[in-house]
Amino acid sequence: MLDPSPASDPLRSAPLLSAVSISKRYGDFLANDGIDLDLFPAEIHALLGENGAGKSTLVKVMYGLIQPSGGELRWMGQKVVLSGPSEARNLGIGMVFQHFTLFENLNVAENVALGLPPTESFAAISERLRETARVYGLPLDPKREVWRLSVGERQRIEIVRALMQNPKLLILDEPTSVLTPQEADLLFVVLERLKAEGRAILYISHKLEEVKRLCDTATILRGGKKVATCNPRQETAASLARMMVGGEIGEVKAASGRDTLVPRLVIKNLSLEPDDPHGTRLEDVSLEVRGGEIVGIAGVAGNGQDELFAALSGERLAPGEGAIVIEGEGVGLLDVTQRRRMGAAFVPEERLGHGTAPRMKLSENALLTGHAASGMVKKGFIDKPATLAHVDRTTKSFDVRKAKRDPEAVSLSGGNLQKFVVGREILREPRVLVVSQPTWGVDAGAAATIRQALLDLAARGAAVLVISQDLDELAEVADRIAVMFHGQLSAPLKAAEATRERLGLLMGGANTERESTETETKHAVGA
Amino acid sequence: MLETLSNIFHLIFSESFILTVVTASTPLLLASSGELVVERSGVLNLGVEGMMIVGAACGFAGTFWSGSTLVGALCGILAGAMLSAIFGILTLGLAVNQVATGLALTIFGVGLSGLIGAQFVGERIVPAAHLYLPVLTGIPGIGRIVFGEDPFVYVSIALIIGIWLFLYRTRAGLVLRAVGDNHASAHALGYPVLRLRMLAVLFGGACAGLAGAYLPLAYTPFFIPGMTSGRGWIALALVVFASWRPGRLVVGAYLFGAVSILGLALQPLQLGIPQQVMNMLPYLATVVVLVLISRTRGTAGSAAPASLGMVFVPDR
Amino acid sequence: MQLVLEKRAERSTLIAVTSPLIAVALTLITFAILFAIMGKNPIEALYVYFIEPLTDPFTLQEIAVKATPLVMIAVGLALCYIANIWNIGAEGQFIVGAVCGSWLAVRTNGTDVGPWLLPVMLLLGAIGGALYGLIPAICRVYFGASEILTSLMLVYIANLGLDYMVRGPWRDPQGLNFPTTAAFDPAASIGTLFEGTGRLHAGSIIALFVVMLIAVLLGRTLMGFQIRLVGAAPRAARFSGFNADRLVLFSFAVSGALAGLAGIIEVAGPIGHLDPGVPSGYGFTAIIVAFLGRLNPIGILIAGLFLALTFIGGEGAQISLKVPLDLTKVFQGILLFYVLACDSMIVYRIRLLRTQKRVVPVHA
Repeated sequence: MLDPSPASDPLRSAPLLSAVSISKRYGDFLANDGIDLDLFPAEIHALLGENGAGKSTLVKVMYGLIQPSGGELRWMGQKVVLSGPSEARNLGIGMVFQHFTLFENLNVAENVALGLPPTESFAAISERLRETARVYGLPLDPKREVWRLSVGERQRIEIVRALMQNPKLLILDEPTSVLTPQEADLLFVVLERLKAEGRAILYISHKLEEVKRLCDTATILRGGKKVATCNPRQETAASLARMMVGGEIGEVKAASGRDTLVPRLVIKNLSLEPDDPHGTRLEDVSLEVRGGEIVGIAGVAGNGQDELFAALSGERLAPGEGAIVIEGEGVGLLDVTQRRRMGAAFVPEERLGHGTAPRMKLSENALLTGHAASGMVKKGFIDKPATLAHVDRTTKSFDVRKAKRDPEAVSLSGGNLQKFVVGREILREPRVLVVSQPTWGVDAGAAATIRQALLDLAARGAAVLVISQDLDELAEVADRIAVMFHGQLSAPLKAAEATRERLGLLMGGANTERESTETETKHAVGA
Repeated sequence: MLETLSNIFHLIFSESFILTVVTASTPLLLASSGELVVERSGVLNLGVEGMMIVGAACGFAGTFWSGSTLVGALCGILAGAMLSAIFGILTLGLAVNQVATGLALTIFGVGLSGLIGAQFVGERIVPAAHLYLPVLTGIPGIGRIVFGEDPFVYVSIALIIGIWLFLYRTRAGLVLRAVGDNHASAHALGYPVLRLRMLAVLFGGACAGLAGAYLPLAYTPFFIPGMTSGRGWIALALVVFASWRPGRLVVGAYLFGAVSILGLALQPLQLGIPQQVMNMLPYLATVVVLVLISRTRGTAGSAAPASLGMVFVPDR
Repeated sequence: MQLVLEKRAERSTLIAVTSPLIAVALTLITFAILFAIMGKNPIEALYVYFIEPLTDPFTLQEIAVKATPLVMIAVGLALCYIANIWNIGAEGQFIVGAVCGSWLAVRTNGTDVGPWLLPVMLLLGAIGGALYGLIPAICRVYFGASEILTSLMLVYIANLGLDYMVRGPWRDPQGLNFPTTAAFDPAASIGTLFEGTGRLHAGSIIALFVVMLIAVLLGRTLMGFQIRLVGAAPRAARFSGFNADRLVLFSFAVSGALAGLAGIIEVAGPIGHLDPGVPSGYGFTAIIVAFLGRLNPIGILIAGLFLALTFIGGEGAQISLKVPLDLTKVFQGILLFYVLACDSMIVYRIRLLRTQKRVVPVHA
């Protein structure tokens, strides 16, 4: 196989870090299977693969967090064994985690100090931190407590902390999943600068357009194995996707000619104080979702989506019964069970721990939402055969792969569990479905199944509300898209008008109407 | 009525009353100081009462057989630490539920102390010597309070100051607070979460053991089964009351110490309140305080270390 | 080389079933060693503790009598613990139940009131225990205060209250100044079932009934599912529509009622009067019974009988082996440690991890 990557150029310097046949086994499961990877200085190398392909595992091995079961790491040609992250940091490897390694109740300076070796004084660290942040255009106040910061600002801490150690290699794990498109652009500027400084960058992502824009080389993982190394700029998004997934994924099709007249879910001027003191206050949220349509709510995490979901599901009661209207009835003061009886269904963001009880069997998890109105409970007593039958039906309709008929929820893979959770609700033929992050951490096949199921449900006349951080996903399924920012909901845009740029501006807090007319005028003038 | 109030006032501000407050508060301060560190690291050890009472029995035994208060104190410390080691192995090594293990430790400790202490019932030891400085101790009114206490009192003050310095002025203390805030992040940054927690647990055990040893060694110079009377539990409540901050802990310990002996101290005034009701005061006060504290903090959010009581099993 | 703990993919049913047995076996071995160190014959000691009580019909009935309050309280505690609601104050609820029921007995002492006296006493005991149990529940639900600490403080308060009552207003005038109430009238007492052979009484039947009731509640009803869910995944329980606050109140009320009922049964049955020695730590021993029985009503029945056996055996050992009574408490504590450790093996396994030698290159 011809390897068109720059690595085959003999004039290139030796690799900085090499993974040589790295394997990692967890019991029966092989997370990494004999992976070879070379990272060169002054190069941005992408690590591509869908959820569950083994990217995070490989990277944790490179950072010394996990010990490989087989293979070895070589730093500048010499074999190296990292028994912990501090050793990786000593070598010059820095890491920006996907799930931030921050301490909410400590301030920025303390968080940075904890990621650095204990050789510097606290005051010196504070100063250097402020300086580094300024130099790279990522301003930070050392004294602020982390819980007060937005997600984007928290990522800055991670990046600045890594940069302060002057890393030769910087690893970033899915950095843009929590950023608006504009914030992502700023990040790319920083990365280009680091590359110009001669550093090596390993960029993990599953977003193909980004990778094509930013990266010089790409290694693709699938099912724990390395499938290819290529130059992403010479590939198309489709060819990259094919390598990631190993075949064609059926395109998701929306049925045409849907009847979208009856508003089944209406949110009217909903304002709500958050439960959690670190949460977001909902401000005057209004939205209408009609039968037969899918409305998407875009937005970076932490802008009130959790609070909105809780208010819609009934886990939190609204200030007044008219704030939330389902099928024409004011349900603001009704609890979850009562809302389910009215024909509403909900799928929360966290499938383990919120959507299901991880250590309980699927049949009991079916009972979790089914006890309200699905004939599983008779006079206070549980009808076990009925719950099992429900599991069987869900398994069949949604192709849920599992080891036995009624396993514990935690034993299913992410994609399969999500199919169960979504299927559990859709099989009840709800009139209103509210789902949050439907395909987060789910493999491409399961994601397609789920999205198609949502579209089919809408085609049958239900009103579907999808809260998602994934703009591509919303582009695929939503008819209209609104954006949440700081607890406020923008007016929804029609799918055709909801360009990445417009959504990005809204996600970053720009005001719709004025901003877009100004940009349009500028374009018209500058043309 | 006015005369009663005046009597109470004079009583509370008398030198003898304040002296008894100090000695009543010291075991509370010692035990809760240790538990503060433990909980700051994210571990909830409910076995303080068990560790204290074993510390009392072993402390008495040590002094009884050696004649030295210091030996007794060391025995108490060692006993408390060993008991907390059992707790550590179970909760940190085997990821057992911390609440259940703490309860088991209390039950075990109470039984064990009865076993060890049975032979000492009725025996006496020489109580710990109080400090004596030539001129200073003689100062009327405050001389004995500041310069005439037994060594445990000074140790307890030094201890809490030391803990404050450790938590807020050292790197190790910062790491401990970080572990208590988010053990997953601490682990991802490479810190040995379980090892740090174990050290904290052992420290807490040592403090509880010392606190328990204080009772027979300095407070009342003999051993009575069950002599801790729930002080270990009050120490746990104190940590909550103090919002996990050392400064407030001192205030809380002394307040509760005062409340606990108020009943006994007011007896000579013949107020007509049954003795049992007076004895209820510290326990009632604890309930009231817990209710008020949690309520006022309610919307402002809990000040507890975020990973308190949560099981941690590192990914390898 | 390092020993590490690893989560299992699925719970091990083998260990789930055998863990209590393994824990008991480990405890027996530990004790055999302890006895040997103390200079007693380990075989003889184990015989006296565990086998001898089973040989005599009187002691057999004593085991049932001792187990009755343990099982009743423990079943109520299990209801709470499954939901991660930590009721540590069962001893206090026991005392308050005994006091409330005894109030009627003391009030009507010496007078003839009719057969309804005893049932009403039992009812008062249950209600008293339930109300006392609701105090920590209310503190938690409405004020967010830790139920562990509040329920425990209430134990000390209840104890002092009992002490006051029997030394003061309720003291038997003919009692020679001893702190005790007058002996209860026959109408206020629970008689023995097999007169002459032992002290077994109808309370044991009530306990059996309670076990079966709670077993059905936990295993087959939606309420039981709610309780299990709240303990297993509180966020999912909220999502399921279950009101956690109401559950806290319910669990505390039920376990308080059961503890209170156990209290009045003990006083109206084997003890026969109220005195400061009535609270003998059943509320705390029941905690061990609950865990040993794995928070399962049938398991608790077996565990209660087993622990009662050790109590009776301990009393026998005190006489024949000159072994202190506190040893029984130590035994129970160690047993609980082993139970917790073995239970951990259901969800986790221990692995030997070979740590690679540190190889860090010389910096270029």
